[in-house]
Amino acid sequence: MTTPNALAITKPAPAETKVKARTRRHHKGDLSVRRQIALQCLCILIAVTVLFPIAWIVSMSLDTTNARPTGLNLIPNNPSLDAYRTVLAKPTQNAVGFLQLAANSMFLAVIIALMSVSIGVLAAYAFSRMKFRGRELMMIGILAVLMLPAIATLAPLYVMLNKVVIGGFNLRNSLPGVALAVLAGQLPFAIWNMKGYLDTIPRELEEAATVDGAGRVQTFFRIILPLSTPVIAVTAFFGFIAGWTEFYFSSIFLDNEKNFTLAVALNGMVGQYSGSTPWSSFAAFSILVALPVSVVYLFLQRYIISGLTLGGVKG
Amino acid sequence: MTAASAGASGPPRRSFWRRTVNTRTAYAFLFPALLVMAVITFYPLAFQVWMSFTDYGLKNLKPTSPPPNVVGFNNYIRILNNDIVIPNFDFLRILVFNLFWAFVNVVIHVILGVAIAILLNVQGLKGRSIYRAIYILPVVIPPIIVATVWRNMFDPQYGAINQLINSTVGVLFKLPPFGLDWLTKPDPIINAYPLVLPLAFFALLAANTWLGWPLNSVVATGALQSIPGDLYEAAEMDGAGAWMKFRIVTLPALRPAMLPYAIYGFVITFNLFYLSYFMSGGGPFGQTELLVTTAYRLVNEQHLYGVAASFAIFQFFILLALTLLTNKLAKTTASYDA
Repeated sequence: MTTPNALAITKPAPAETKVKARTRRHHKGDLSVRRQIALQCLCILIAVTVLFPIAWIVSMSLDTTNARPTGLNLIPNNPSLDAYRTVLAKPTQNAVGFLQLAANSMFLAVIIALMSVSIGVLAAYAFSRMKFRGRELMMIGILAVLMLPAIATLAPLYVMLNKVVIGGFNLRNSLPGVALAVLAGQLPFAIWNMKGYLDTIPRELEEAATVDGAGRVQTFFRIILPLSTPVIAVTAFFGFIAGWTEFYFSSIFLDNEKNFTLAVALNGMVGQYSGSTPWSSFAAFSILVALPVSVVYLFLQRYIISGLTLGGVKG
Repeated sequence: MTAASAGASGPPRRSFWRRTVNTRTAYAFLFPALLVMAVITFYPLAFQVWMSFTDYGLKNLKPTSPPPNVVGFNNYIRILNNDIVIPNFDFLRILVFNLFWAFVNVVIHVILGVAIAILLNVQGLKGRSIYRAIYILPVVIPPIIVATVWRNMFDPQYGAINQLINSTVGVLFKLPPFGLDWLTKPDPIINAYPLVLPLAFFALLAANTWLGWPLNSVVATGALQSIPGDLYEAAEMDGAGAWMKFRIVTLPALRPAMLPYAIYGFVITFNLFYLSYFMSGGGPFGQTELLVTTAYRLVNEQHLYGVAASFAIFQFFILLALTLLTNKLAKTTASYDA
């Protein structure tokens, strides 16, 4: 496949012969050595800016002296995994351990991913394929909510969930309560994102099925659902990230240390004064939080990107 | 065989039952989403409107506590008059800063994203797939981690940025140790009230640029690769130069993909909680506070639920205005003819 090429040709080509020569080169996919070197330098420079913060945080997590740095040293003198051991055993001053924090965050992540996708894909299908009374109004309603930050209903959700008390259980002060609050923000996104993708699935497929006598429900489960695996995976994953890294609802709703999430613990770690922050533990903790989702992201990348680009171009 | 098939390919004359089959099926599909959203989104939004006219506070939280007093538009007036206990609260300044923040970021993200996508799309560039793999890294790291890491990067003593300056420019010109306090330096760089930009703004901008351009680049790459090569050849035959080709072939192809994404990015950046909250903590003197971080503080630090509700209503209308404005541009709600 010949991909278009806009930067390679930076000078206008006045003579016809020159144009031909260039076109041929374009087809062969060759660059002049000088241009190749210049572009490589640019690419490497960009790569360095991208990698620098990551290299810095990794280096910091391996350097356990926690001394004030005196120069830019990306390779620590006595690298060790002590910071990771410390963080896994006792991440914060609180009694709650890393595994408990991770389990709490995982709970939120799984619930939000499952709920937003399963509920969202049904609605997305209706919006994408059906004509019905109130469609425009509902779409605008969802779009309006989508534009709102998750935090927009913070006060009423706090007050409302706080009223739900069953025995000693207060829904506000619980992980299911936080999950509900996060879902409120995640669901409109899930619907919109999946609708954008469903819009791009050719209707001919469904029409063929309809001619063969399949109903809406059958068409949905047999044709649409399998074809939308990429966007479902992506949307579920975004729900997962939202739960795994959830901060504002957990930090406001949860009073009990044993319900705390990873992000809340991370926030507790970065003190007001840099001298009092255990930077190597902080770095190790950040990496432990980021690593699972980052790795999955890299694996799902192809799907996420096709989902995003297709979702972006709406019909 | 179900009624739906008849409805979809139906003959011109249909009974009421058959005519409404699509609507009924549609509502069946929508039911779970509508139910959930009614309970955790629309009802709270409506409840919030009522709350915004009350002095709802800590005293009203318990199920047994008395209902709050209705105070009319008092909360709204207090917000507009900056009569709120949050230190350095200035509604107009926060709003202007918030809009400026979102706009500048999106412009930078889109320009960098498109430029780098074009760079990586150059025919014959070696190592393209390696660069693509590296450039995606900021996207895969959770924003909250990006924020806390950049908080450290800009730390005056422990941060990488000052160390980087020390070991490059500092060594070169034999400067004394550089300890610029990026995130808390009090005097603003630009002070044209209501637009006040402290040094921390530029630190936040740097972090968000790092975070934001790669995804734009990905979207742009997708659009670039969908341009057929012959379009460029045709333009070349007609004697179009590089700039001309960019303008008449590349840009029109990028537009439909980039515009909705830029709008999405604008809203995301407008509501971006993490960087402001974790990097600068809204400082110095609340100058990098956004609407979202202010809303958070109203609930978490001040426990002024009534004021927070009014504040959220303001946020709602601001975002609604932005949505309608941008929607006109992108026409994302254009009806899908079924």
